[in-house]
Amino acid sequence: MNTHTKLNFAASDAYTAQLINDVERLPADTALKLGRRGFLKLGAGAGAGLVLAFALPSGRAEAAEGNPRLINAFVRITPENRVIVYSKGPEIGQGIKTAFGLIIAEELDADWKTVEVDQAQVNSKLYGYQGAGGSTSIPRAWDQLRQAGAGAKAMLVAAAAKEWNVPAGEVVAQDSMLTHKASGKSGTYGQFASAASKMPVPEPASLKLKKTSEYRLLGKRHTGVDNHKVVTGQPLFGIDVQMPGMVYATYTKCPAVGGKVTSFNEADIRKMPGVIDVFALEGTGLPVEVMPGVAIVANSTWNAFKAKDALKVTWDESQASKDSLTAADAKAKEIARTFPAKTDANVGNVDAAFAKAPHVVEAYYDYAFVSHTPLEPMNTTAHWHDGILEMWVPTQQANRGQTMVAEMVGLPEDNVVVHQTRCGGGFGRRLMNDYMMEAAAIAQKVRAPVKLQWKREDDFAHDFFRPGGYHQLKGAVDSGGKLDAWQEHFITFTADGSKEVSGGNYSANLPHTTLAPNVRRATSMMPLMTPTGPWRGPRDNAQVFVNQSFMHELAVASNRDFVQFLLDVVARDVPELRVPDGPNINFNKDRAAGVIKLCAEKAGWGRKRPKGTGLGLAWAFSYGGHIAEAVELSVDDKKHITVHKIIVVADVGPVVNMSSAENQAEGGAIDGLSTAMGLDIGVENGRVQQANFNSYPVLRIRSAPLVEAHFIQSDFRPTGLGEPAVPPLAGALGNAIFDASGVRVRTMPLKRLGYTI
Amino acid sequence: MMRLQVNGEERVIGDDVTPDTPLLWVLRDNLGLVGAKYGCGIGSCGACTVHVDGKAVRSCTLPVSQVAGKPVTTIEGLARDGKLHPLQVAWIENDVPQCGYCQAGQIMNAAAMLKDKPKPTDADIRGAMTGNICRCGCYVRIHSAILESV
Repeated sequence: MNTHTKLNFAASDAYTAQLINDVERLPADTALKLGRRGFLKLGAGAGAGLVLAFALPSGRAEAAEGNPRLINAFVRITPENRVIVYSKGPEIGQGIKTAFGLIIAEELDADWKTVEVDQAQVNSKLYGYQGAGGSTSIPRAWDQLRQAGAGAKAMLVAAAAKEWNVPAGEVVAQDSMLTHKASGKSGTYGQFASAASKMPVPEPASLKLKKTSEYRLLGKRHTGVDNHKVVTGQPLFGIDVQMPGMVYATYTKCPAVGGKVTSFNEADIRKMPGVIDVFALEGTGLPVEVMPGVAIVANSTWNAFKAKDALKVTWDESQASKDSLTAADAKAKEIARTFPAKTDANVGNVDAAFAKAPHVVEAYYDYAFVSHTPLEPMNTTAHWHDGILEMWVPTQQANRGQTMVAEMVGLPEDNVVVHQTRCGGGFGRRLMNDYMMEAAAIAQKVRAPVKLQWKREDDFAHDFFRPGGYHQLKGAVDSGGKLDAWQEHFITFTADGSKEVSGGNYSANLPHTTLAPNVRRATSMMPLMTPTGPWRGPRDNAQVFVNQSFMHELAVASNRDFVQFLLDVVARDVPELRVPDGPNINFNKDRAAGVIKLCAEKAGWGRKRPKGTGLGLAWAFSYGGHIAEAVELSVDDKKHITVHKIIVVADVGPVVNMSSAENQAEGGAIDGLSTAMGLDIGVENGRVQQANFNSYPVLRIRSAPLVEAHFIQSDFRPTGLGEPAVPPLAGALGNAIFDASGVRVRTMPLKRLGYTI
Repeated sequence: MMRLQVNGEERVIGDDVTPDTPLLWVLRDNLGLVGAKYGCGIGSCGACTVHVDGKAVRSCTLPVSQVAGKPVTTIEGLARDGKLHPLQVAWIENDVPQCGYCQAGQIMNAAAMLKDKPKPTDADIRGAMTGNICRCGCYVRIHSAILESV
């Protein structure tokens, strides 16, 4: 049936690798480029008030002027004094809708209590990038949003100054009010909205943005703008989309990726209650798009699920994955015995350093594949009507999904109308748009709005996993007690036979923080067909565990205090290891030392502690953040761990919303603990071995410790917090276990070593 | 035809709904009450928690035929007379949610616990709430919001 589908695992993985690259790369000048062409007033007709957007460099935005469907705005102020700000990015639980609203409202000097924050439409021609990933939402949008707020305020001030015939410099804007002290005149933003829209737009470069000390909203605690809707159960998420005449679909793919449909029990399925249609799709042959499978359309989610459970497909698995991760574990150990001749980095003379160093340590570390498991299973609602394909998608990459769907179904991009819904968790899973593509393909055959709903079991079977990995390490400490040599053989996987699988390459952050005068690194790869991808804090989420655990081993072997040892490492300058500065995300040794020192202080480092308890610390430079974490725990003789407290100290520049920042720090640390303790995806004969939460023990409240978050609010540009709190946790946990029990853990999850929590 | 008592109202379910359909999907697909969420389908994550006869149940595994005639309360019916339940207030004040997907289930589970234990201890909370996964890891806040609500 699917004889024509050409499978292409290499192309699929190349797509994912490019995606990660695009998401993580921070264009420094986004805002400036946008700003150079100035602002754009939209919808400035009678009664429309002030609607302010940016002219995009493409020039395409000008065409939108006067076209109500394409109204693009960051700020809208109505004559009735409604102040609406638009959040252009996806809300996946990182608090971005509230943060984006606050940034605009701060510069606008709007009354936050009355500001509405709405989700912007998906339109890259008008908004530019609208994704969420790589903790880049804040640094990408920081200038743009501040300028939007300040620009609108400047126009309101100018309008008031003109009417009152006073110098603009004497008009004060605050809490959505304009006042002129000397004359006693005042008015609301709404009263001046229409007049403001007739004012010349200011040059973005001419706008005076606030200093940190002038902030009235930023840095304080604010509850999420949609919290009322969340706690009263209002529809917000993709799965909540309901439409008249809607039908419900499931899609069943081969449990071993790459299997094609030979036949299925069509007659039986058609007889099932509520089943409307059942058909096979050949797919495009790419796991990131649509793989071969069988779609079932029914009159309810439950009937679609029941029919799916009764579906019996005969798969042609001749080209399907036969991956075995237990076999990979064994093979990696073998590969680790020989350091490759071809190196990725070779600084100084590692062999000479090992020959003369008083302390040389060798160790082998490994960690498992893990799944994203956002709590909202993948879904998309799609509706073909009037020549357009309209979609409601919980995605982290709406623009990209729109482009891909348009290409697949052969529509111009403008005719694929995408609505961004709130996402029930992301963690990187929704950077992929496979479920959106499937919904589009199914909708092509259904003459009704159709909601594709994955079962939880589908989420486990068809994820883009955080790849497992293996590291053979050898390190040396010199007679002065300083890190002298670091040799690392990273054994990972490859989809195309020549480069690492996406999410499975060596972290670009680690050379910044593994500063030894002698460094040698090499990579080996084993073939893999199981799809991999970005998982919260890609690469760092596992590699920082290896790095900080082994760093601790070296400090212990040379009888050094670990905090002092780390401070020596980060203070070092090794020019050959210096990574060229990026626009916003730069390693800074003072910021590194700052978080390590404060974390040690808050954790009570160096204090005597009761027998059986331990304190561990680790730090990372990750996704723009400098972040250190400490774990305080007890371990009993049955390897049961009780974590008493986690300390998180982060320097991500100025904090936008303190409540949300703390929540991200708490949640990131808990995610790190959950994953390090128990999460483990097995794959045998190409089949994922876990199917639901009963075989994948996500941390529960009974095991959740207190998390204490501290922020060093430096004046550097703000960076994101979705990812940085995850990577240091596992290293701090392992180092604490060593401190408590003298046992070194070199494997994640710790469940494999018999530990429980 | 089946009659359900949902949030104090009688709701009639058509014959197109088979009796084995879990309550969750009747609430969501037939009654338009989407507050209870699908997370696992096996009663393992708690996102679908609602009250039947005042007790917290996992609606994803409970056939609708078993709740006919029994009062069902969902998150949409937790607020009374336009006044939020103290848990809902505490959730907003403590800014508990991250993605928010599990929170209706968390709140419903906590509300049922508070009926039995109006002054819960830390251990009570950990025990009663451990069936509800928060994938974002908002446990610290869930715990403190429950304590603050009483």
